[in-house]
Amino acid sequence: MTGIDLAFYVLAGFSIAGGLGLAVTRSVVHGALFLILALMGVGGVFFTLLADFLALVQVLLYAGGVTILMLFAMMLTQVREQPEATNNPQRPWAALASLAFFGAVTATIVVTPWPRNLPEGAQHVEFVDIAGTLFTRWAVPFEIASLLLLVALIGAIIVAREATE
Amino acid sequence: MIPLEHVLIVAAALFSLGLYTVLARRHAVLVLMGIELMLNAVNINFVAFAGYADPDNFTGQIFAIFVIVVAVAEVGLALAIILRLFRLRATANLDEANSMRW
Repeated sequence: MTGIDLAFYVLAGFSIAGGLGLAVTRSVVHGALFLILALMGVGGVFFTLLADFLALVQVLLYAGGVTILMLFAMMLTQVREQPEATNNPQRPWAALASLAFFGAVTATIVVTPWPRNLPEGAQHVEFVDIAGTLFTRWAVPFEIASLLLLVALIGAIIVAREATE
Repeated sequence: MIPLEHVLIVAAALFSLGLYTVLARRHAVLVLMGIELMLNAVNINFVAFAGYADPDNFTGQIFAIFVIVVAVAEVGLALAIILRLFRLRATANLDEANSMRW
């Protein structure tokens, strides 16, 4: 087992621990902090899977941006520590459904034959290659994604602002 | 090297935890966090398959970038809606947002 393998298992453990914390914690603010742990773990997993650019994007955008936005939303909605607001009577059914889903997916993964290892000579993907591919082969989806972001930005402003009349 | 199965099982575990969070929580922000966790689990799968099955084109990594873009747009809009809900009803509890219920 090389260092990268060990790093993968440790980081995957961190992200699953964060996900478990998010699933069971009684406090919404603790949930956000557990989410940061899980997302940082996922970023580390990206790095061990040779996706350097995505690892950086994950840390900057998710762990830095999205969770801070969520903490802001909690501040503005004056979240209180009420157990009845965080948990639902359908909790046992939810646990059953997600366990059944996990079991089914894991069984499928185990019985399917996969290529055992990374192909020989697999390299970390260079930023310059990602940029080149994104702006040539995937240029149209890129433009559509930027349009989507613009629409979401304007929509969020219109939905969230106070009524003026 | 890391076997592909282990990566996929980690992603499946994260997806199931996100699914449980979405189904079992009432607070709108917690439900949103569960959705983010599920999207991240899917991104792990995209990146794993990009590395193991398609190392020359890394199409999976490009797809993961688009998933992140859509997820961020979704978070921005959803938080705006939650803010609006809180102003109207003074709560972020999803069970009380039932005015469109038949």
